[in-house]
Amino acid sequence: MTDSPKLATEGLCKTYPAGGGQEEVTAVQGVDLRVGAGEFVSLVGPSGCGKSTLFGMLAGLVRPSRGRVLLDGTAPASMLGRIGYMPQRDLLMPWRTVLDNTTLGLETAGMSRRDARARARDAFARFGLAGFEDRWPRSLSGGMRQRAALLRTFLAGRDVMLLDEPFGALDALTRQVMQAWLLEVWESDRKTIVFVTHDVDEAVLLSDTVHVMSGRPGTIRMSLDVDLPRPRTLEVAASGRFRDLRDRILAPLRDEAMAQAGLS
Amino acid sequence: MSGEIAVAASSPVDPATPGAAGGGARLRRIVRATLPPVVFSVLFLTAWELYCRWRDVSESALPPPSSVARALADNRSLLADNAWVTVQEILLGLALAVVVGVGLGALIRSSAVVERALYPWLVVSQLVPIPAIAPVFVIWFGFDMRPKVLVVALVSFFPIVVNTVDGLRAADPELIDLLRTLGATRRRIFRVARLPAALPFVFSGLKVATAFSVIGAVFGEWVGASEGLGYLVLILNNQTDTAGVFAVVTLLAVIGIGMFALVSLAERLLLPWYHAPRREGGA
Repeated sequence: MTDSPKLATEGLCKTYPAGGGQEEVTAVQGVDLRVGAGEFVSLVGPSGCGKSTLFGMLAGLVRPSRGRVLLDGTAPASMLGRIGYMPQRDLLMPWRTVLDNTTLGLETAGMSRRDARARARDAFARFGLAGFEDRWPRSLSGGMRQRAALLRTFLAGRDVMLLDEPFGALDALTRQVMQAWLLEVWESDRKTIVFVTHDVDEAVLLSDTVHVMSGRPGTIRMSLDVDLPRPRTLEVAASGRFRDLRDRILAPLRDEAMAQAGLS
Repeated sequence: MSGEIAVAASSPVDPATPGAAGGGARLRRIVRATLPPVVFSVLFLTAWELYCRWRDVSESALPPPSSVARALADNRSLLADNAWVTVQEILLGLALAVVVGVGLGALIRSSAVVERALYPWLVVSQLVPIPAIAPVFVIWFGFDMRPKVLVVALVSFFPIVVNTVDGLRAADPELIDLLRTLGATRRRIFRVARLPAALPFVFSGLKVATAFSVIGAVFGEWVGASEGLGYLVLILNNQTDTAGVFAVVTLLAVIGIGMFALVSLAERLLLPWYHAPRREGGA
């Protein structure tokens, strides 16, 4: 073992060339990230701050214009198939049962459908999905669909997982239930998680480190270690330390929003 | 694990049994679905019958429904034998159309170059007048079932290809990206995502194709056949047995509706997810 971080980026840039009546756009500029094994890291930022492009590069879907992505200290030829990725939308396939949606990663890795199903079945209770194995995704609620999508990502078995606003579309109450639940799940197997959210409270509650991004071109403007004790519960949000951290993250974001709105 | 309990408690009790309201509701639904077409058909046939009797229309110009019914009953074994021939042609032709249609659709979607090269020819294939091409098929294959099956396939495969091509485009690009991050190959992405997403489209095409297929079989039989409902229409027309012609047309309509129902049934069995009840929002 070396002390190189689990996931890192070095001077990561993405510029989309001009074309089709559009000007050249630099979506991400010089992003240096270091995420240690078992860390929970969040990225917060205004819309259009290049988070999706950054995630695309981490997942191997977007080729960086400059810079590189390192996994365990080395840069693989392609990041495809190396880290777990959960997009904003659950993307459950309507033609597969909930169970067969969650086995997707295992089957792609070459496991037989039977073994994959057995593996997935064991995890259903932990993800609050027991009894829904043979349902069509269509008949599930929003929160359950997100948990199924998370289970699909967990079962793919990668050490690093990218979660793109997984709770963004949920109502406030469901969202809190899901946050508490995610904390529990994460505490028990300590995967490395990179989490994108608009919700500063959510970022502080869940993360070890919060990176604040600024928009156009997307860069990391501020990084903040969240030194709240673990294991955490939703009650931590009532503490003074929590509010203090939240305010320090909100300040640069507010400046950004004001600038965007032309109010500064 | 308090979180888990809260999660489990917020889940719906059992949304998968919306039809559990009892047999009464089911019966009412069936009646509501079947009553309008039945009532309309009875009114229409009665008006037709009365018109023929009161105006004393000649049987060869417009036979009343009662004569058509009598023609159906009197010739039932002759009609049944010939209908069976035509049904076979339709089934074989449709099967061929599905294989060729889905195959061509997949080929067209495999590359932009292939798509540009093939698409115009697809359209051309539909511009060829069937009465012009059917005799050529007879020259190629003789007087057996093959030229008829080919005509059925020719008129049926077009809606299947077009819908397959559209369907293979229908898979969510983000889902494709997700599969790529899982390390899936192109081949696997096709099997796991693109093909299943295309199936409802294929069935839409197949439903349109069933309507064409019946006409195709009749056209096919008009050029050199010794059996089948299309052949029977020719004979009966020559004898100005209009009631007989109407009887055959009635039978063709029944076959067409039956084929459509068969495809709809197959769709329900093969794509149960497509007709599953939807749940709106909430946790």
